[in-house]
Amino acid sequence: MFDLSTPAAFLSVLVFLPAVVALFIAVAPLRGDQAKWISLATTAVVFIMSLAMIFGRSQVRFAPGVAEMQNLFSLDWIPSFGIRYMMGTDGVSFPLVVLTAFICLLAMGTSWPITKHEKAYCVLFLLLETGMLGVFCALDFFLFYVFWEVMLLPMYFLIGIWGGPRKEYAAIKFFLYTLLGSVFMLIAILMLYFSSDLRKMPPADLVSTGVVNSAADVGTQQQATQAIISAQTPQHTFNILALQWIGQHTDLFKKSMLGGKSLEWWAFILLFIGFAIKVPSVPLHTWLPDAHVEAPTPISMILAGILLKMGGYGIIRICYPICPEAGYDLAYFVCGVGVLSMVYGAFAALAQTDFKRMVAYSSVSHMGYVVLGLGVWSAVAGNSYNPDYWKMGMNGAMFQMIAHGISSAGMFFIVGVIYDRVHHRNLNEFGGLFAKMPVYSGLAVGIFFAGLGLPGLCGFIGEVLVILSVWSYSQVLAVIAAAVVILTAGYILWAIQRVYLGSEYKGPHGEALTPITAREFSIAAPLLALAILFGVYPKALLDYMQPSVDRTVTQLADWSRIHEPAKLKSQATAATTNDQAPMTNSISISGLSPIADSR
Amino acid sequence: MTFQSLVDNLISDTLQVSLPLFRPELAICATIVVMLLVRVFNFGAKFDPFWFALVGTGVAWFYSLPAGGLNHLGDIGRHEIFTGMLVYDSLTVFFRMFLVSFAFWFILLVRMTGLADRQDGQDFYTLLLGATLGMCIMASANHLMTIFLGVEMASVPSYVLAGTLKGRRRASEAALKYAVFGAGAAGVMLYGISLLAGLLGTAHLPSIAMKLAAMDIPARIASGGNSGALMVLALAGLMIMVGLAFKLSAVPFHFWCPDVFEGASAEVDAFLSVASKAAAMALLVRVALGVTAVVGGGNGEKSVAKSHELMPAQVVAFSHAVEGKVVAASGNVPATPVVMTMNSTAPLDPVRGFVVKLLAIVAAVTCTFGNLAAYGQTNMKRLLAYSTIAHAGYMIMAVAAAVQLMGTDIGAAHEAVAALVLYLTVYVFMNLGAFAIVAFLRGAIASEEIADYAGLIRSCPMTSVALVAILVSLVGIPPMAGFIGKFAIFRALVDAGGPWMMGLFVIAGVNTVVSLIYYLRVAKVVCMDPEPENRGPVSIGVLPATYILIVALPVLIYGIVPDRLTEIAHQAAAQLMM
Repeated sequence: MFDLSTPAAFLSVLVFLPAVVALFIAVAPLRGDQAKWISLATTAVVFIMSLAMIFGRSQVRFAPGVAEMQNLFSLDWIPSFGIRYMMGTDGVSFPLVVLTAFICLLAMGTSWPITKHEKAYCVLFLLLETGMLGVFCALDFFLFYVFWEVMLLPMYFLIGIWGGPRKEYAAIKFFLYTLLGSVFMLIAILMLYFSSDLRKMPPADLVSTGVVNSAADVGTQQQATQAIISAQTPQHTFNILALQWIGQHTDLFKKSMLGGKSLEWWAFILLFIGFAIKVPSVPLHTWLPDAHVEAPTPISMILAGILLKMGGYGIIRICYPICPEAGYDLAYFVCGVGVLSMVYGAFAALAQTDFKRMVAYSSVSHMGYVVLGLGVWSAVAGNSYNPDYWKMGMNGAMFQMIAHGISSAGMFFIVGVIYDRVHHRNLNEFGGLFAKMPVYSGLAVGIFFAGLGLPGLCGFIGEVLVILSVWSYSQVLAVIAAAVVILTAGYILWAIQRVYLGSEYKGPHGEALTPITAREFSIAAPLLALAILFGVYPKALLDYMQPSVDRTVTQLADWSRIHEPAKLKSQATAATTNDQAPMTNSISISGLSPIADSR
Repeated sequence: MTFQSLVDNLISDTLQVSLPLFRPELAICATIVVMLLVRVFNFGAKFDPFWFALVGTGVAWFYSLPAGGLNHLGDIGRHEIFTGMLVYDSLTVFFRMFLVSFAFWFILLVRMTGLADRQDGQDFYTLLLGATLGMCIMASANHLMTIFLGVEMASVPSYVLAGTLKGRRRASEAALKYAVFGAGAAGVMLYGISLLAGLLGTAHLPSIAMKLAAMDIPARIASGGNSGALMVLALAGLMIMVGLAFKLSAVPFHFWCPDVFEGASAEVDAFLSVASKAAAMALLVRVALGVTAVVGGGNGEKSVAKSHELMPAQVVAFSHAVEGKVVAASGNVPATPVVMTMNSTAPLDPVRGFVVKLLAIVAAVTCTFGNLAAYGQTNMKRLLAYSTIAHAGYMIMAVAAAVQLMGTDIGAAHEAVAALVLYLTVYVFMNLGAFAIVAFLRGAIASEEIADYAGLIRSCPMTSVALVAILVSLVGIPPMAGFIGKFAIFRALVDAGGPWMMGLFVIAGVNTVVSLIYYLRVAKVVCMDPEPENRGPVSIGVLPATYILIVALPVLIYGIVPDRLTEIAHQAAAQLMM
């Protein structure tokens, strides 16, 4: 029996436990509800393990207030390709790991009404959980890619077998979109891999990025470092942390490629498309409404609650730190994509009559905040460097990811509860639910307000941080982004009015409107409780998240400090009216009002 | 030197050096002879030819193992045997092992599905082993003559195998189509071979590379005059490529493939799509790398010494004398001393560029066409036929990358060949598994139409899951092994770099997405469509299920822990052109 207190063993069990149980369920002769109970227990164990990292006293405890990677480990996997089994968590990934474990537990609870091919359902569900946890833990680019893809097949079948009327169309569409994005990602991964060279890294950074095992004794470390530095040929790497360092400190990714753009620029575009499909950003979002609407309720919860976060996670973990120059050049483009998604998603949500479709489009809109917050590149304030707004934006985006994970999973669950009873989702054929299902309606309204971004609930914090930070970058974008809040309020309040208020229920199956069961209550209540907790006490989350996010921003700001003046100068001399002009403009504006404390 | 001493040397070389390294092929030959002879006698009818074939293949497999086990595969240096007709190196050893073990599993498969029964089993196994023998020669060919010999030895039994289902019109049609196509392609190839040999005065691949280097093609192109020889060279290259493309089922010489696959039985399809393709790939590597790089890289003189290491000096001298005569007779090429002291990379650049572009175009078109054409298929065997074509495209990409890398970094070129080897190794599990499932299901539901697979997951879950896993692996999605193979090839392409290779990479990536649609459609039918009402319970039996499990499990296992495979592939190619 291996020692669970080592990071390698603990994280591996955390990630692979669901897959192992899935294998067991697949071969064991189970009948009735047994498969579901086993799966529920597994998701519960995984959730408890993730909580143990917060509250436990063991070596694998995740310490708040630490910016660096924790529980980092790196083992040989495919040495002939330089691929390592490397995992770790920091403030960016750890909250997402806990969120994943939490939403999976709730989603398994939501799965109880599913009675078709239960065994297969549980197997696929657990495989999906392994893939999701793996994406957030993996720190080797290849490993990350493998986990990213591992999710696709279970998701395809979960939508395609247990979904709604157009399930097969929705499932293949989801698969195709994501696979196309992954192929772009794979191209970028290989481009970066073959341009990387570990020999350029100083020994200290080799250790801190996990290329050289930091747990080994000094002699072994020196040997390993020496072996890398004295090598004759370039030492390529898939190590994400090392690639980040190389991207920020060397010119290896700057060599020119197609169309006069650098390799880094192309890598950024390819990666960004891959992640933007997952987020999803307009115009790559069209898989989402179909997939969300056709998927069964628990899978919709996972899709909205976790899968979409992978896009945002990829952008903050991979796109920006590895390709800072491209990120700088394309900042306005990324922000524009974010704002476009916000506006488009909100208008589309307003136009829906299908309850679930409306919630799906609200996800597009809300995830736009994440892209916007991540994209705001506002380190330069006149001649002084003040990355505070930028930190605020990134923290806001990260906070919004968690908040949206809670509120959107909740919203899909709320829709699922009512759909289970009356088997339709037409917004115009509801009404008067408050009278028939008071507890349910109370929870529902609470969760919808969290999605709306009402102060005091979790959605508010992320949105306000993002919009505040955008102001110092581009006032136009900030104004548009702020205006979306009104649209959001519009579609959510309108939906609440049509579904819960009114005097009588207008649709079919009115007799089925029974109060929610204890099972349903125990799923919705924790979600609402968390929404309130993070709304009134965001520090509970920020304590874990902020140091790592700030560190990422500081690193990028350091990069800007060295490289931006040169770029700004070259733009000024060029004096063209290209799309960079508004950016330099906004930077000078933000310089007028430096705020020392961002929070 | 007397003629007598020459003959003596030749004999001692053959008996003491060449034949011991040729033992697997000899074992196959012995098996064939025994199987045929035993039926001549009355008591022979009592023996089941299955056991002869199985034991004979087992013995051949035993001899094909590298000395000291698989871990020492990379230690095998390059030796030329039979006076340079064949080459014995780690790649030869790997492919022989590959082909013979495939034959072993294939014999088990045809036994289980009942394709080769007690009565005509002996014919079937004879043809099968004969083809395998030809494929072994293809994989180790080092001379234009052995190339042609190998291709024909592998093809002719295959034509007959395609028509094994006697009395079925489609099978006969398939066999005839295959034979006519094959004969045409072989003829064109032979013409190309004669052009090349006539022009360069040698048919020995390493010598061809040196002659090409000696021609100093860059200077000829620069001077602009007398491009006739170059035209003929290019024509010869294209013609040889026709023959290879037929064996590879590469576009535009793929037309036989879907028809033959549909007409022949699924088992024979497995043989054609795996063994035949693997041998053709090995041959492509031999030819493409052989004529574009001087063995030993960079140092011509050393390479000559090394490549003739095992040949008595007199034999070398003799063959050179013959070559010299031919050159003098043809008169086209200035007779240059064979032993050269020149840097081999630069003079061969135009040849390399030509081969790379040719292969890149063929690969891109083959891959794209295969995937697009598979889209509309309703018959599983036809679908897999087009999938085979598409996969040939991916594999040719690796060869293109290897040829390009040969000019810059020989180690990276070996890695590209290793990627091809890895891909083929994974491919054998996927395609043998897929066709075995088709064959077993044919026994159970008497249909090979995709639509008839509806809802199979309810009646035979294990087989269906294996089929889905194989299909996903064919797309190349982790954690299935198909992804590792694809990744290795992509890796080689990026390593080679340049607009051609990056273009190929993008095409391959987009193709992966396209291929998803038709592979998943089968998975969808199997898993999501409702079962037809009139179909009874479907059962394929315990033994076939075990067989499928054994073949399909590596698809998952090697996807998760591929290091063993990557290491073997690396070793198989490690000393290819050293």
